[in-house]
Amino acid sequence: MAQLKILVVDDEPGIRSGVSRILGNFHVTYPFMDEDYTFNILEAATGEEGIEIIDREMPDILLLDNKLPGIQGVEVLEYVRKKNYDIVVAMITSYASIDVAVKAHNDGAIDFIPKPFTPQELKASVEQITKQQYLRRITHKLKVEGRKVRFQFLSVLSHELKAPLNAIEGYLRMMQERQMGDSLDEYSSAIERSLQRIESMRNLIMDLLDFTKVNFERQMEKMQNVNLRELVSMAVGTVSPYAIHKDIHFVTEVGGCETIWADPNDFEIILNNLVSNAVKYNKPGGTVSVKVDCNENEFTVSVADTGIGMNGDERDMLFEEFSRIRNDKTRNISGSGLGLSIVKKVVDLYHGVINVESTPDRGSVFTVIIPRSQVSNIKTGI
Amino acid sequence: MSKVYTILLADDDPDYLFQVAFYLRKAGFEVMAVESQAEAEQVIAKMKPDMAVFDLMMESDDSGFILCYKLKRKYPEVPVILATAVSRETGITFGLSGGQDREWIRADLYLEKGVRPEQLEQEIRKLLKI
Repeated sequence: MAQLKILVVDDEPGIRSGVSRILGNFHVTYPFMDEDYTFNILEAATGEEGIEIIDREMPDILLLDNKLPGIQGVEVLEYVRKKNYDIVVAMITSYASIDVAVKAHNDGAIDFIPKPFTPQELKASVEQITKQQYLRRITHKLKVEGRKVRFQFLSVLSHELKAPLNAIEGYLRMMQERQMGDSLDEYSSAIERSLQRIESMRNLIMDLLDFTKVNFERQMEKMQNVNLRELVSMAVGTVSPYAIHKDIHFVTEVGGCETIWADPNDFEIILNNLVSNAVKYNKPGGTVSVKVDCNENEFTVSVADTGIGMNGDERDMLFEEFSRIRNDKTRNISGSGLGLSIVKKVVDLYHGVINVESTPDRGSVFTVIIPRSQVSNIKTGI
Repeated sequence: MSKVYTILLADDDPDYLFQVAFYLRKAGFEVMAVESQAEAEQVIAKMKPDMAVFDLMMESDDSGFILCYKLKRKYPEVPVILATAVSRETGITFGLSGGQDREWIRADLYLEKGVRPEQLEQEIRKLLKI
C-alpha cells in the first residue's frame, strides 16, 4: 500500500470535507503499479495557505479551485510550476472561463473537475490523475536510470580502452628515451607486456562488437536450424590452441536433438564465452566438460571446469558489465569483463536462465537453460 | 648524502605501476610498489612512507579514497597524491579547492592519471619540499 498526499485548495468548507470524505477510503489500483494507492487528504481554504502547505508537505496531487478569496488558483498553479515541484494539478471549477482554462492548461493543470461533482466523478478524476502521476514518475525514473547505466558503461569502457593505450605509450616512451639502456634486450619484457596489452585490447573490442550485435541486430531472417554438434566443436576448436598450451582436456557430450532453431550467432556467443572461460580459469592439466542436451521443453548447455572457482561474493558480480574478479589467481588472466554479461544478455533474449555453481579451487559449472518454445519466439531488440 | 625518500605507490595496472616505479627509482626515490588496496594497507600498517601516490579505482571504485583516509588517520603529515583517470573520462570533477571535498578526500593533490612521470616527479618534490 502506498499513500499519495492530496491537497484540496477551496474556500468552500463543504467541498473540502466532501473531498476528504469521498477520497478517505478510496484506493486506486492499476495493472502496472506495484501496489495500491490510498490517499491522505490535506485541506487549505486559501491560495496563500495552500502554498504554505505545498512547501511544507509536498503533496503529490493538488485539487485547486480557481476562484479564491486572496490569490487565485492559477497563481498557485504558477507557483508550483515555477518551483518545478513534482505535483499533478487538477482545477476544480464551476465556471472556468476559456482564458482561465487555457492559462491553467498551459501552466500544467492536467484535469478539470466540474463543480459540483458527484463522488463518482471525483473518484474517476483522481484515479486518472493518480495513474498519470505514477506513469510520469516511472518514466522519469527509467530515463534517469537509463542515462546512468549508459553513462557508467561509457565511462568504464573508455577507462578500459585507455588503460592499455597508456601502458603501451609508457613503454614506447621508455624505449624512445633509452631509459633502460641502449640494448634492445633490456626492453624485452616491456615489448612482451605491450603485446599482451594489445591482445587484451583486441579481445575487448571483439567482445564489444558482440555486445552491440546482441543489442541491436536481432533479425528474424537470421533464425535457422543450428547444428549443435558443429556448434560445440567450433567453440572447442576456437579455444584449442590455448587449451593445448595449458594442457587442458575436453569432454563433450551432445544428446537429445541434433539441431535447434535459433540465430547461430547467439548460440556461438553463449558457447564460445562459456568454453573459453572454462579454459581461461582452469588449472594446467584440467578438464572442461561441455554437455548439450535438449528435450521437447528445453535446451540445456552446461560447461564445467576444474579450475580456480569463486566464492559467493564473486559469483554475485559475475554478470555485471566490466566486472572482473580480481584476486591473486586471476591476476595474470586477461579479460574484458564483458563476456558473461553478453552471455546473460543473449540468454535473456531467449527467456532463458543461466546458473552458476562454483567451489573455490575446485571449479565451476555454468548451466544455460533455454525454453524451446521461446526459441522461435524471441524478444526483438532490447 | 641526502635523505632517500620512500614513496608508497599503489596502482592495479601492473604496467603503469612498473613504469612509474621505474621512473621514480631512477629519479632517486625508494619506491614501495603495490598492486592493490589490500597490499597498500599492509604497508601502511607496517611502515611510514614519506609520500604516497594512490590510484583511485582498484579493488573497489573508491579504493584510493579509502587509502587516503587510512594513511592520513595514521600519519596526518604524510602527503598523498590521488591519481585517477576518472575525471577526464566522466567529467566528474573533485578538485581539492573546496573545503568540504578536502575534508572528505584527504588527499593533498589530485592528478590526472595520464600525467607524465616527469610531472609526477615534480609534484612529488613540491609536496616533499625538496
